Amino acid sequence: MTSHERIQAIDSSEEIRLLTEVWRSPPGFFGWFTHVNQTSVGKRFIITGFVFFILGGVLALLMRLQLATPENEFLNPDLYNQIFTMHGITMMFLFAVPIMEGFAIYIIPLMLGTRDMSFPRLNAFGYYVYLIAGAAMYLSLFLGMAPAVGWFAYPPLADAKHSPGMGVDFYATVVTFMEISALVAAVELIVTIFKQRAPGMSLNRMPLFVWSILVMSFMIVFAMPPLMVTSIMLALDRTVGAHFFTPGSGDPLLWQHLFWFFGHPEVYIIFVPALGMISSIIITFTRRPIFGYTALVLSLVATGFIGFGLWVHHMYTTGLPHLAANFFTAASSMIAIPSGVQVFCWLASLWGTRPRFATPLLYVLGFFFIFVIGGLSGVMVASVPFDTQVHDTYFLVAHFHYVLIGGAVFPLFGGLYYWYPKLTGRLMSEGLGKASFWLTFIGFNLTFFPMHYLGLQGMPRRVYTYLEPLGWGDLNLFVSLSSGLLAVGFLATFVNVFRSLKRGRPAGDNPWDADSLEWGTASPPPPYNFRYIPVVMGRYPLWEHLKNQEVPVVTGIRSDRRELLVTSLLDAHPESRSKMPGPTVWPLLLALAVGIGFGGFIFHNIFPVVGFILSFIAIVGWFWPRQLAREAREESS
Amino acid sequence: MTSTRVGFNRSRLRGAALSLACVLLCACSGQQSAITPQGPVADRIAWFFWIMTGVAGAILALVLFLLLAGVFRGRQQAQSKPLTYIQSRNLVLVSGVVMPVAVLLGFTLFSAMTDRVVAKPLPADALTVEIIGHQWWWEVHYLDNRQRRIATTANEIHIPVGRPVRLLLKATDVIHSFWVPNLSGKTDMIPGKTNTGWLQADQPGTFRGQCVEFCGLQHARMAFWVEAQPAGEFQSWLARQREPAAAPDDPVLARGQAVFLASQCVMCHAVRGTRALGRVAPDLTHFGGRRTLAAASVPNSRGHLAGWILDPQGIKPGNFMPPTALAPDDLSALLDYLHSLK
Repeated sequence: MTSHERIQAIDSSEEIRLLTEVWRSPPGFFGWFTHVNQTSVGKRFIITGFVFFILGGVLALLMRLQLATPENEFLNPDLYNQIFTMHGITMMFLFAVPIMEGFAIYIIPLMLGTRDMSFPRLNAFGYYVYLIAGAAMYLSLFLGMAPAVGWFAYPPLADAKHSPGMGVDFYATVVTFMEISALVAAVELIVTIFKQRAPGMSLNRMPLFVWSILVMSFMIVFAMPPLMVTSIMLALDRTVGAHFFTPGSGDPLLWQHLFWFFGHPEVYIIFVPALGMISSIIITFTRRPIFGYTALVLSLVATGFIGFGLWVHHMYTTGLPHLAANFFTAASSMIAIPSGVQVFCWLASLWGTRPRFATPLLYVLGFFFIFVIGGLSGVMVASVPFDTQVHDTYFLVAHFHYVLIGGAVFPLFGGLYYWYPKLTGRLMSEGLGKASFWLTFIGFNLTFFPMHYLGLQGMPRRVYTYLEPLGWGDLNLFVSLSSGLLAVGFLATFVNVFRSLKRGRPAGDNPWDADSLEWGTASPPPPYNFRYIPVVMGRYPLWEHLKNQEVPVVTGIRSDRRELLVTSLLDAHPESRSKMPGPTVWPLLLALAVGIGFGGFIFHNIFPVVGFILSFIAIVGWFWPRQLAREAREESS
Repeated sequence: MTSTRVGFNRSRLRGAALSLACVLLCACSGQQSAITPQGPVADRIAWFFWIMTGVAGAILALVLFLLLAGVFRGRQQAQSKPLTYIQSRNLVLVSGVVMPVAVLLGFTLFSAMTDRVVAKPLPADALTVEIIGHQWWWEVHYLDNRQRRIATTANEIHIPVGRPVRLLLKATDVIHSFWVPNLSGKTDMIPGKTNTGWLQADQPGTFRGQCVEFCGLQHARMAFWVEAQPAGEFQSWLARQREPAAAPDDPVLARGQAVFLASQCVMCHAVRGTRALGRVAPDLTHFGGRRTLAAASVPNSRGHLAGWILDPQGIKPGNFMPPTALAPDDLSALLDYLHSLK
C-alpha cells in the first residue's frame, strides 16, 4: 500500500469538516472585523495595496497633465506640491512595501506548508494600522491639507515655521504609525520562516522567494526604526519646539542622514521580494531547477547588507567631504555585483530551455530590459561628480522609476498573474494579460526614457511649472501623452483581475505545473491551507512528489483546534505543536486605540496619553486568558 | 492594398521617429543644459557622462543580446538545450562577477579623478561671490580679497570669462541648491552652513541657473542668470555695482523716487544712496540693469514690472511681496525711476 493510499484510508469527511469548522473565518459584516487567517489578511493587504497604487497613479497623471505644457495653470502650486508629495508617500509607504508584505503574508505560509502565520492576531493588527494610516493620509489630501514638502520632508522646510499647516504633522505621525505595520509584518514573517517550515525544508531547500522575504523582513527590522525615531523627532520639533533639526541648535543634515539611512534600504525592501518572485516564475516557466541557488541566496543577503551602506549617495550635494563621498561611490557601485550575479544566474537558467511564454514570464523578460537600464543609470549617478549634475533633476526621476517600476512593479505584476489562480481559483486572461504587458512596457519606456534627457537639459524635479523659452515643452507633452498609454496598460490588468474573477478558466490546484508547496493544495486554499502538513524531500517538493509517486505527510496535528507544527531553525525537524488563536476583534480595537494616540497628537498633546490608556485596555482584552481557561476546562472534561 | 497600407504605416512611423529625433535634438534652448558645457567643470563631467553612456549602452546591448539569444535559441529547437553546469558557471562568473568588477573598478577610479577637478582648490586671490538662497530669490554679494562685501545684487550673477570664481553658498530659511548646469554641478545651500563651490565660463555668454532642492511653494520659479563677460567689461560692471544709486536728475525720476520712498517698498528693499535700507528683499540699487524680475520669472520690461508691483501674487502666487496700489501717474514715475537705476 503506498502512502498515498494510506492517506485515503485514514482520511474522512468528518475530519475535513472539523478542520474547516476550526479554521474558517466568521462570515458576515461584523465577522469581517475578526478575521486573523493569513489568507484573509494577505488578500486584504494586496487589495488595499493595489487601491493605493491606483490612487498614486491618478496623482501621477494629474502631475503629467499639469506639466504637459509650459506655464500651465491646471493645478495651483500648492496643490501640485501636495500631489507630488502624496504620490511619493503613496507609492513608497502605502503601496510598495505593504503589497510586498501582502504577497508574502499570503504566499509564504503556503510555500512553507503551514496553516497560518506565527502571530495571526498581530498580522490582523498590522493590516488595520496600515488601513488607518493610509486613510488618514488621503483624508488630509481631500481636506486640502496634505503635506507639501515632498515624501522626504527635509527640515527646515518641514518645520513649524516654514510649513505651518497640519500637513507635515500628518506626515510625521502617520509615517511613524504606518511603520508599526511594516515592523509587525516583518517580525512575524521572520518567525514564520524560521520556525514553521514543513519538516525536511531545511534552510538550503527553502524556495528563493522565501529567502527574499526573509532578507526583506530583516531589512525592515533594521531600516524602519531610524525612520520612526526621526519622524518622532520631527513631530516633537513641530509640536513642542524640540529643535533637533533647527540650524544652530540642531542640524538639518541630521534629518537627511537618518531619513536616508532608512530611505535607501527602503528601495531594496521593495526590490528584494521582487527578485524572489522572478526566481519563482523562472523556475516554473522553464520547468527546471534554477541555476546557482546558492549564488542567488548569497546575492540576496549581500544586497541586504550593502543596502545599508549607501545612504550618503542621496547627499552628495550637501557639501560633505569629497573624499568620504567617493567611498560611497565605491559602495554604491558594489551593489551592482550581486545584481549582476542574479541577472546572469537567471539568464543561465533561461538559456535554451524553451520556456513557456505565459504572461508572468513576459513581465520577467520586461524586467530584464527595464531593470538593466535602471541599474546602469544607477551606477552613473553613484559617481559624485556626475551626480552633482543630475541630482534632483528629471534624470533621477527617470532612473528611480526604471529601478522601481522595472525592478519591482513588473515582477509584481508577473507575480500577480502567476499567483492569481491560487488566490481566486481562476486563471487570468492570457490575451488581455499580454496586451496589458505590451502596453505597459511600451508606455513605460516612452514615458520615462525621455526624462533622462529632460534632466540633462536642466529640468529640476518637483517643479509645478517651467518657462516656455527653456524648450522643455515638446518633450514634456510627449511624456504626458505616453503616461496615458502606461496608465491604460496598468488598467488592462485591473480589468483582467475583475473579469477573471467570474469568467476566468478554473485553475485547479497547480495550473502552471509549479514546484513549490503553495501549488500542492486547492485553489483558493481551504481555511486550514493543507489537509496534511507535507514532508519535503528537496528544493522542488512538488516535482519530487511527482517523481516519487507518493507524498509523505505529517500526522498527529490536532484537527479540533487551531494547531501548527513548529520545526527547528536550520533543518526543520519537528519540535512541537503550537496552539493558535482564532478570530477576534481585539486587533482592530488595538489598532484604533494606537491610531487615536498617534492621530490625536496632531491636534493636542494629551492624545498620546489617551491612546496609551486605550491601547492598554485593548491589550488587556487581547491577552485576557478567558479562552485558554475555557479550553483547559474542555480538555480536562 | 496590403502593400500600400504597409507603406503608409512605414512613412507614418518614419515621420514619428523623425519628429521625435527633432524633439530630442533641437528643441531645448541649451541655456540650462548639463550636456552643453561652457566651463571646465561641466565639461569634464559631460565628457565623463558620454563615456559612461557608451559603456552602459554596450553592456545593455550585450545583456539583451544574451537574453534574446538564450530564450529564442531554445525556442527554435525541438528539444530544449539548456546550458551545462560548467557553461552556466562560466557565464555567471565571467559576465556576472569578473566583468562587473573590472568595469566598476575603472568607473570608481575614473569618477574619483573627475571629482578632483570638481573639488580643486582655487587660488587665494580668486574672485569670491557669496550667494544666499531665500524663498524664492537669490541674494548675491561680491567680496574683496579680505572677504568684505563690496557690491550687492540679486538673481543675476556676472562673472569674468576664463577666471575661476569661488562661490560661498548659504541660506537663511530653508535648504536651496545652486546650479548652473552649463558651468558646474550643484551644491546645496543649507541654513547654518557655508558650502563652497566654483565655476568658470570659457566663453562670454548667458547661462540660466535654477534652484534644485525643493524649497516650498515657488520652488519652480526660483531661477537666476549668470552672465559671463570679458574681464574689462566685468570690471566696469562691478565698479558700477559698487556705487550707490545716482540721484535722479529729472523731475519725473525725482517723483518716482519720492513715490518709492513713500511706499511700503522701502520696508523690504534697499536702494543704496537713499533712505531705503530694507534687507529682506532684493537690493534694487542697480535694478534697471537686470534682465528679469521675480527670480527670472518674467522679463524686466515696463509692462511686467508694472504688473509685478501692482499684483505680484498674480505672477508668482505665494511669494512674500505684497501688492502695492498706486495712482497711474505715480506708477509711471516709479517705473521710470526703477528702470533708471542702472
